[in-house]
Amino acid sequence: MEAVFLAFVLMLSIFLGFELISKVPATLHTPLMSGANAISGVTLVGALGSAGAGIDGVATILGTLAVAFATINVVGGYMVTDRMLSMFKKKDTSGSAGGRS
Amino acid sequence: MSELLINATYIIAAALFIFGLKQLGSPATAVRGNLLSAVGMFIAVVVTLFSREILEFQWIIAGIILGSAIGAVTAKKVAMTSMPEMVALFNGSGGLASLLVGWAALYNTGNTTFTVVTILLSVLIGGITLSGSIVAWGKLSEVMNSAAIVFGAQRIVNALLLAVLVICCVLFAMEPALDSPYLYAVIALSLVFGVMAVIPIGGADMPVVISLLNSYSGLAACAAGFAIHNNILIVAGSLVGAAGIILTNIMCKAMNRSLANVLFSGFGAVKTATKVEGEVKPINTEDAYLILEAASSVTFVPGYGMAVAQAQHVVRELGELLEENGCEVTYAIHPVAGRMPGHMNVLLAEANVPYDQLVEMEDINPRISNVDVAVVIGANDVVNPAAREDENSPIYGMPIINVDQAQTVFVLKRSMASGFSGVDNPLFFGENTRMLFGDAKASLSAVIGEFKG
Repeated sequence: MEAVFLAFVLMLSIFLGFELISKVPATLHTPLMSGANAISGVTLVGALGSAGAGIDGVATILGTLAVAFATINVVGGYMVTDRMLSMFKKKDTSGSAGGRS
Repeated sequence: MSELLINATYIIAAALFIFGLKQLGSPATAVRGNLLSAVGMFIAVVVTLFSREILEFQWIIAGIILGSAIGAVTAKKVAMTSMPEMVALFNGSGGLASLLVGWAALYNTGNTTFTVVTILLSVLIGGITLSGSIVAWGKLSEVMNSAAIVFGAQRIVNALLLAVLVICCVLFAMEPALDSPYLYAVIALSLVFGVMAVIPIGGADMPVVISLLNSYSGLAACAAGFAIHNNILIVAGSLVGAAGIILTNIMCKAMNRSLANVLFSGFGAVKTATKVEGEVKPINTEDAYLILEAASSVTFVPGYGMAVAQAQHVVRELGELLEENGCEVTYAIHPVAGRMPGHMNVLLAEANVPYDQLVEMEDINPRISNVDVAVVIGANDVVNPAAREDENSPIYGMPIINVDQAQTVFVLKRSMASGFSGVDNPLFFGENTRMLFGDAKASLSAVIGEFKG
């Protein structure tokens, strides 16, 4: 029964994803991808369970590596997306909002 | 903290992801959207740490510190021109994380066959994403040859590989022992398959591959979510999966090719274009300046060459000078210009070009004949009229920016070599085309010098 319930969640979120993403303009496609990258780092949530449960030595090693790689995605993904997005400016916004280096 | 409370908090996190993506719909709200999404992730991670299942923290802390350091340094240091390579590597890292989470989930007790199948899926998709992304990174960073690698029996080899992969999965699912050789076979074969899937794809088709791998990294997270019965992984993973699929679809449409065609045929291997012959009309920077100075509307059409020459800043400087001169300046961007979706937009944004000056192909084409000068910088295929006229051209049918219909076209080009796909471009011989040979950055700087001097 749980499998059916999870599949239900999957189906709804895929449709929701299509609706949301198809509204993102072409000019933001690169930040969209890096932002999506960050979100796919949600595997971190799963990795925490494996790294900290103390089930088995191998599982802990696998889990720890998964934590590290997923964190790269989360931290790197959100930071680089923010860096890119803050460069997108409208014309004549007093020009004071200088870009980051 | 009880499992119920944790799952309830996941709902908040999911809502924040969704709101975040919704706000990515406009450049004005996008920064806040990204922040919301990050807050959602933070909440999900913190609440998970309070789970009763987590008994020890030393490894978690070590992993998080290591990952944060690598991620933060990469995000700060990466040049905007290398964004495709970085996204490729991040895709790979996401795939690897899912592979590892799936693998570790085998150590949980009481896995049903359904769970074992989802574990296999997360290992499989994660493995393909990992090795495919590394190859994509190699091609994008030119560590390896970025041309398509095609050999005779490729399809047969791939089909065999896939068949063996499926057999190993079935054998493992029937008897899921932790040290089963079939598990190692599945991991190894999925890595090989990822390599095989990306090597036949040439550099100019990279936008499709990156989008597709992006989608895979989401699907891998999704499968891992099934493997450990975690809702937030499924929701977030499928949002990413959907994003990647949509981008893949947009890229394929922009090249007028099916996904199967991009994935399975090396570019240019099918047809050879009719060779166009003619005389190119070179122009020097003084004359280019005189024409630009008299123009009342100018459109810049950037391509991957602008990224290579790092010319985005001089392009913006010239654009500003033209505007001061009373000229209307736009930047026309083809969906597949560059090496990933939106690559050119980010580069121009980096150079402080306001995003309302960036126009899409559909918007510029109807009014291109009113444009006095179209300046093509390092773009080739996306402005090649053969896509419209020559049925023998490998890019025939691909929608292009019709710069040849502008009053005058300047093509900035290093020399008279053909572009990436090796197709000859009749644009260079056009009646209204003037070739400005040399490094794009140097040529534009010279024109700017004329303006100032």
